[in-house]
Amino acid sequence: MRTLIKKGRILNPATNLDVVADLLIEDDKVSKIAENIETEADEVIDAEGKWVTPGFIDLHVHLRDPGFEYKETIETGSRAAAAGGFTSICCMPNTNPVIDSEIMVEYINLRAARGAVVNVLPIGAITKGQKGEELAEIGKMAKAGACAISEDGKSVMNAGLLKTAMNYSKMFNIPVLSHCEDKALVGGGVMNAGVQSQIMGLKGISNDSEDVIAARDIILAETTGAKLHLCHVSTRGSVQLLREAHERGVNVTAECCPHHFTLSDEAVTSYDANTKMNPPLRSNEDVEALRNALKDNTINVIATDHAPHSIDEKNCEYDKAAFGIVGLETAFALGETVLVEGGYLTPMGLIEKMTINPAKVLGIDKGDISEGKIADIAIIDPEAVYKIDASKFESKGKNTPFDGYEVKGKVLYTIVGGKTVFEKGTIK
Amino acid sequence: MLKHKDVLGLREMSKEEILEILDVAQEMKKRIDNPKLRVDELKHTTVVTLFYENSTRTKTSFSLAGKYLGATVQDLGIATSSVNKGESLIDTGKTLDQMGVHVMIMRNSLTGAPHVLARNVDAHVINAGDGANEHPTQALLDLYTIRDYKKNFEGLKVAIIGDISHSRVARSNVFGLSKLGAEVTLAGPSTMLGGLGKLGIKTTSSIKEAVTDADVVMGLRIQFERQKTISFPGLEEYRQLFGVSGEILKYAKKDVLVMHPGPVNRGIEFTTDVVDGRNSVINIQVKNGLAVRMAILKLLMTGGSKA
Repeated sequence: MRTLIKKGRILNPATNLDVVADLLIEDDKVSKIAENIETEADEVIDAEGKWVTPGFIDLHVHLRDPGFEYKETIETGSRAAAAGGFTSICCMPNTNPVIDSEIMVEYINLRAARGAVVNVLPIGAITKGQKGEELAEIGKMAKAGACAISEDGKSVMNAGLLKTAMNYSKMFNIPVLSHCEDKALVGGGVMNAGVQSQIMGLKGISNDSEDVIAARDIILAETTGAKLHLCHVSTRGSVQLLREAHERGVNVTAECCPHHFTLSDEAVTSYDANTKMNPPLRSNEDVEALRNALKDNTINVIATDHAPHSIDEKNCEYDKAAFGIVGLETAFALGETVLVEGGYLTPMGLIEKMTINPAKVLGIDKGDISEGKIADIAIIDPEAVYKIDASKFESKGKNTPFDGYEVKGKVLYTIVGGKTVFEKGTIK
Repeated sequence: MLKHKDVLGLREMSKEEILEILDVAQEMKKRIDNPKLRVDELKHTTVVTLFYENSTRTKTSFSLAGKYLGATVQDLGIATSSVNKGESLIDTGKTLDQMGVHVMIMRNSLTGAPHVLARNVDAHVINAGDGANEHPTQALLDLYTIRDYKKNFEGLKVAIIGDISHSRVARSNVFGLSKLGAEVTLAGPSTMLGGLGKLGIKTTSSIKEAVTDADVVMGLRIQFERQKTISFPGLEEYRQLFGVSGEILKYAKKDVLVMHPGPVNRGIEFTTDVVDGRNSVINIQVKNGLAVRMAILKLLMTGGSKA
């Protein structure tokens, strides 16, 4: 099987390659990149004026399977990923049962092999049942293919236990993905604490609820030497802590979600729960700090925190509604619209944060489309301007605050291991 | 003429709408005092009260307001309804809509619940208190009472004292009084002041400072049921540092109005001599509440926009 991509602008941050050229895929590998490749091919894609990039890698996805298949399944989530240009997605362990054992990791592997159209990399829980009491089977999960460990959805509040997990995880060279949230400081809040929460009369979530745990976890990463990665950073305080940690040489990376760099809490103007997520949409000052942190690489990864929910879980009282929004099918467009058009990142800088950087966090050989590498590729029309239409999402979840939002940048093709899985709006 | 289908809060209400409600309420008050003046102008109107939270005065007041105008008033006993079978708020609302209900009056512990209901039903929705957000009819009756005694609002000094952070009454009053030109000071322990200061409202933890030269002193009940952890060490400490006594009240203007939305924790927010003192209009507020609620029902049914 040979696929020839003609005349695209190849953007490969792993080698800092930015060139208009042809790219030939043979079977599952990139076999050649050259100015003009004349050869027989099963499929020829005209990519003139388009970007040809490594397929995106998302460190933070909720596939809801097993236990909440009415929200999403591994299959539907993977289709959403393909539609968004993602070729590898890491699924969080807060399922039912929790992914906290070898057998659960194998379940994800099996389901992914049967029905997923992109690579699915399971993330194991840090503690059994995410109860924060005893260590999960971290080693066995890592051997079965878990790419990281995380307690996402909450923090391991017992600092001693987390320190043990960090120490233990080092043996398997997997990162600890840390959701930073002190529930006692959240105190039942449902949106950012600030002027807007005062206007709305909704209970606020203060920045310190994230900052205190971010500080704690950075200190523990420093003392243990573990690979720490902060999930969905939303506050300027966390950004400051990351900067200081990097100056000291602490092994800590971080991700930011498109909704957090796009919208502030001023988007919470009605009691429409599509603006409700955790961490919440923060103040304008925080949004600006996040954009600048992406610019100077204090935050090196963009991840979606794709969190599908059913309509009923969102179309209800704001306090009762579930936290979270879907993100796989809007991530790239928001990145280009806000960060590239806004002058914070170059196209290469944006692609880097969605490909090679997350691959480096995991320590996997992906996110690079040099010759000989696996052919996980996205082809993008950077000029396409359109309105997001949630009803067209591949994801079961239509819960997004971006329905009707005008954006620039559209994923046209997604190729996984040399196989075209998404082409111009359709999963193949 | 009210501009919206629903009465959800004073935040979204204009000054003109507020004053119109107060004017109509003045007419309505005469009908309370003199039953012979009552006319069945809402004879073909059906009103349902949905109280997801306890209430004595607000529910009764709404219920009588409907009856004095000739409407059919039905209470949906939440405890005995399908809500207990897990029916969603939206489904409950749509069910009532089909039964020809014109006005739904709801109290709910969740902020924004009336807004969600209003979006999903054809009926007019009146917010009878949502979480710690708004209690518009309480604020309107407070405004009515203040206007009755003080004639206008411009430059009036109003001190609101107590558990501000949990108080929908304080919030609605802040929105209403600010629109009408009064100067509001919020006072209470720093842990109970909430964030209204972020909206530019004056706040202080000195009760004496708040009361000094005040035209109106409004007390708020400490809402023990909304406190997950108590924000002050004990009642005796609260009484001493933040309670309003006759002594403190001497710093206010001579003709200060003492108000409270009730129910009062006697001896905590206000000492008994303040509650029952000559400046207290706490009982008159109740009658004014009925008048205001009649006015809202009348305005919604006879001139409220359906848009």
